[in-house]
Amino acid sequence: MSLVAQVDRATRPASGRGRRPGELTGGAALGLGVGVLWLSLLVLLPVAAIVSTAFDDGLGGFWDAVTDPEALAAIRFTVGAAAFVTLVNAVVGTLIAWVLVRDRFPGKRVLEVVIDIPFALPTIVAGLVLITLYGPSGPFGINLVGTRAGVVLALLFVTLPFVVRSVQPVLIDADREVEQAAASLGASGFTIFRRVILPTVTPAVVSGAALSFARALGEFGSVILISANLIGKTQVSSSYILKMIESQETVSAAAVATLLLVVAVVVLVVLDVLQRRTARRG
Amino acid sequence: MSRTTTPAHRPDALAGGPSGIVVRGVHRRFGDFVALEDVDLEVRPGGLTALLGPSGGGKSTLLRIIAGLDHPDSGSVEIGGRDATFLPPQRRSVGFVFQHYAAFTHLTTARNVAFGLEIRKRPKAEVRDRVAELLELVHLEHLADRLPSQLSGGQRQRMALARALAVQPEVLLLDEPFGALDAQVRKELRDWLRRLHDEVHVTTLFVTHDQEEALEVADEIVVINDGRIEQVGTPGELYDHPANPFVMSFLGPVTRLGGALVRPHDIEVLTDDRAGAVRVEVTRLLRVGYEVRAETRADDGSTPWVQLTRAQVTELGLVEGRTVWLRPLVDTPFPAAGLPADASGPVAGPAAGCPDRVPA
Amino acid sequence: MADVLTPDPSAPAAASRPAARPPVDPRVRRARRRTTRTAWLLRLVAVGYVLALVALPVASVVQHTFADGVAPVLDVLTSEDFLAALRLTAVVAGVAVALNTVFGVGMGYLLVRYRFWGRRFLSAVIDLPVSISPIVVGVALILVYGTYGWFGGALEDAGIRVIFSVPGMVLATVLVSLPLVLREVVPTLEEAGIEQEQAAQSLGANAWQRFWRITLPTIRWALAYGVALSLARSLGEFGAVRVVSGSVAGESQTLTLYVNDSYQEFGADAQRQAFAAAFVLMTVAVVLIVVIAALRPEEDKA
Repeated sequence: MSLVAQVDRATRPASGRGRRPGELTGGAALGLGVGVLWLSLLVLLPVAAIVSTAFDDGLGGFWDAVTDPEALAAIRFTVGAAAFVTLVNAVVGTLIAWVLVRDRFPGKRVLEVVIDIPFALPTIVAGLVLITLYGPSGPFGINLVGTRAGVVLALLFVTLPFVVRSVQPVLIDADREVEQAAASLGASGFTIFRRVILPTVTPAVVSGAALSFARALGEFGSVILISANLIGKTQVSSSYILKMIESQETVSAAAVATLLLVVAVVVLVVLDVLQRRTARRG
Repeated sequence: MSRTTTPAHRPDALAGGPSGIVVRGVHRRFGDFVALEDVDLEVRPGGLTALLGPSGGGKSTLLRIIAGLDHPDSGSVEIGGRDATFLPPQRRSVGFVFQHYAAFTHLTTARNVAFGLEIRKRPKAEVRDRVAELLELVHLEHLADRLPSQLSGGQRQRMALARALAVQPEVLLLDEPFGALDAQVRKELRDWLRRLHDEVHVTTLFVTHDQEEALEVADEIVVINDGRIEQVGTPGELYDHPANPFVMSFLGPVTRLGGALVRPHDIEVLTDDRAGAVRVEVTRLLRVGYEVRAETRADDGSTPWVQLTRAQVTELGLVEGRTVWLRPLVDTPFPAAGLPADASGPVAGPAAGCPDRVPA
Repeated sequence: MADVLTPDPSAPAAASRPAARPPVDPRVRRARRRTTRTAWLLRLVAVGYVLALVALPVASVVQHTFADGVAPVLDVLTSEDFLAALRLTAVVAGVAVALNTVFGVGMGYLLVRYRFWGRRFLSAVIDLPVSISPIVVGVALILVYGTYGWFGGALEDAGIRVIFSVPGMVLATVLVSLPLVLREVVPTLEEAGIEQEQAAQSLGANAWQRFWRITLPTIRWALAYGVALSLARSLGEFGAVRVVSGSVAGESQTLTLYVNDSYQEFGADAQRQAFAAAFVLMTVAVVLIVVIAALRPEEDKA
C-alpha cells in the first residue's frame, strides 16, 4: 500500500467509490447455490474423503501410516527441502525483485519474462529442462539426477517467481520519499535498507515465501525425473502418496495426503492473518 | 522589466553566517525542460523564508537541491558556511519535511521521531527525553504509540516535523508541507508553524504555491517563476512594491484600469469626473463576505473591478447601472499588457465567501 | 542498497560559471548515476541466478531437441500418439478453462458484490486446491469418484466413468487451476465499484445488459489475464492428471504424460519424442507468458 494511497484514504471519506455490497437476491442466491454445489463436488467432498479415509483404520492406523519409515523419510526430506528452498527464495527473490524495480539495464524486459517461465512451464517439462543441463549428459559434467541437490534445484526452479512477484509490486508502490526522509535524517544506504525498506517489504516476502513453501511441499512433476525416486533419499511426499495409491494402500496415501493438506491450510490461514494485519496497518 | 535577484544591499558577509543557505548560479534541466536557470539565493540564518511560485516554477527542485535529494547541473550550495554541493543528504544537516509526510508506516509516532537519534546511536535515555520533548512541542504526546495510519493528515505532518527537528538540523526545509491537508487544518498548522518557528529559531525554508500562506507566515518571501527568482523581500515589500507584473498579480488581486495594473482595493470611486479618472458603468455588485465587489465596464471595453466595503457602497449610493469614475489611489508602475489575460477579471480574492447580491 | 541517494562526498565545490546551456558537471553526473558497486553486484547475482536456473536449461532443451535437425522432430509431431495426446490435451484444457472462466466470473461477482454467511470460508476453499500437491488432488478425486470411492460405484452403475477417463482428467485440471480467473477478476471488480452498474440500472438496463455492457468490459483485461494463466496451468498439468488418467498411449495420455512416459522409456526414439513434445509445450508456455506480459499493462490502463 503506497503512502499516497494512505493519504487518500485518510483524507477522503471512507465510502469512496460505492462499495456497498448487497443482500443476496433471487438470481444471486441461485448462482451462489450452483457455485457452492460445484465447489462441494470438486473440493469439499474430495478433501473430506481424504481426511476420512486417513482415519479409516482409526487414529492408530493414521499414526502407523505417517510413521512408516519410508513415509517418514519422504516427509522429512520434503519438509526440509521445502524449508531450505523457501529460505533461499526469501533472500534471492527479494534481491531479484529489487533489481527489477530499482535497477535499469539492457535486457531487463527479457529477465522479467524469463522469471515467469517457471510459472507457465509444465512441471514435467521443467524437470526435463533441468535434467538436460544438470543431468548425466549435461554440458557441465554435473549430474544431479538421484541427488537431493537435484530435487532442491527443481524446487528452486518452480518456486522462483513467488517471492519476486509478491515483493515487486510493494517495491514499486514504496514511497521513495520515505527513503529520502531517512537519508536526510542521516541514515546510510544500508541503514535505509534495513530499517525502512525491509520492514516495508517483509509482509510481502513472508507471503511469497509461504506460497513457495506450500508449492515446494506438494511439488511432484518437476522433481520426478531428477529425483529418480530413491526411497529414503530423494523420494518426496507426493511420490510416496502416488506409490501408495497405485499399490492400493489407500489409508497410507490418504494419511500422508492429510498431513500435506493440514500444512497447506495452515499456510493459507497464516497468509490470511498476515494480509489482514498489513491491510490494517496500510 | 528588471528581474530582482539577490538584493544587492544585503552584505555578503552574512553569507558565511552560522546557518544560512547560499545558493549560487544553480542550473537544473530535466531533458529539455529548464527547471532552474542561474538561481542565486541567500537565506538569512534563523529566518522563516517562503519559496513562493506557481507549480512547475522550480521551487521544489531548488529545495530538493538544497537538501541533496537532487543535484544541480552547475552551481553551488552552501549550508551554514560549508560547501554542500556534493555532500550526500545524510551529511548536510538539513531536516526535510515532505508534502505527503513520508512517514515510516511500520513505526509508531515516537519511533518515527526517534529515528534520526537512534541512527546516531544516542543513549536510550537521551532519545526518550528528546522524543518526549519534541512530541510535546508538536502536541502529539498523547499519540506517541499510534502508527502513522492511525493519525490524521495534520497529525502526521506534525510528526514529520518533529522527526526532522529531532536531529537538530542547521536548516529545516519544508516542501509544500500543508499541500495535502484540507483548508481548515492548513490554516491551523500555518499559525502553528509560525509560533513553532518563534520558539525554535531554526533557519526554515518552505515551499508553497499559496500566496496567502506565504504572506501570513514568512519573514521573507522568494518568488520563483519559470526557473528564475522574480523577487525577494518581506511580505510587505512584495505586496506594496512588486518588482514586476508577475509578482504583483501572483501576490494579490489585480485589475486593469485605464491600461494599467492596480489592486482593486487601491481604487477610488468618484461620483463626478476628475483628472485621471476613468468613466465606467457599474455592471454588477457582488457581496462576498464582508466586502463588496463592484464590477464595471469602461468605455474602452475593459472591465475593471473595485473592492469596497458595504459602508462605502451605501455612502456612494452605488447601484447597478450607475455611471461613476474610477481613479487609482497609488502609482501604477505596470501597464496592463504585462498581465496574463486570465488574471484581469475579478479573480477569487482572499476572501472568497458566499457571494450574495447587494440589494439595489 | 539505497546508494541511489548517495553522491560522491569527496568531491570539492563546483566553480563552473553558468553558460546558456551549461554542461552538467561530471561529479554531478556521477552523483546522479544509479549504478553503484552494490547495484552492480546485485544485478550480477540476480541475472546470474535466473540465467543458471531458468534461461540456460531452457535454451539447452531447445538445442537438445534440434540436435539432429528438424526432420526427426517433425516425425514425432506427426505421429499418431503425439497427435492423440495433443487432441486430448486441447479438449481437457479447453473444457477446464471454460468451466473455470464461468465459475471465476460468476463466483467472483458474488464474492465482491454480496455479503452472505460463510463468504470468507468459501473464498478460502477456492484457494485450497492450488495450495496442495497435485497428487493429493488426484488422490482426493479417486477417493470420491474412483471405482471404490464414495460415488464411483453408483456412477459406474449409471454408466458414467470418471476416473481413468476424460471427465476425471477434466475435474483434476479444473481443480488445479480453480482460483486463477477468480483471483484476477475480484480486485478489478472491487476497484470498479458498484456505481457504474447502478447508473446503468437507473438508465433502465436489466441484469443481463448490465453484465454485458458494464461489468464485462470493466473486467475484460483482468479476465483475459486470468484465462491465459489458467490455460497455461491447464495445458501443463501433470501430477493430478497422472493420478486419475491411467495414461494409456493414444487414449488417456495428455502431452505432459506423453513427455513423461516417453522419457521413462529407454532408447533414442523415446528420448526424441519426449524432447519434441516438451519443446511444443515450452513454446506454448512462452507464447502465453508473452501474451500475459502484454496484457499486464493493458490491465493497468483499463
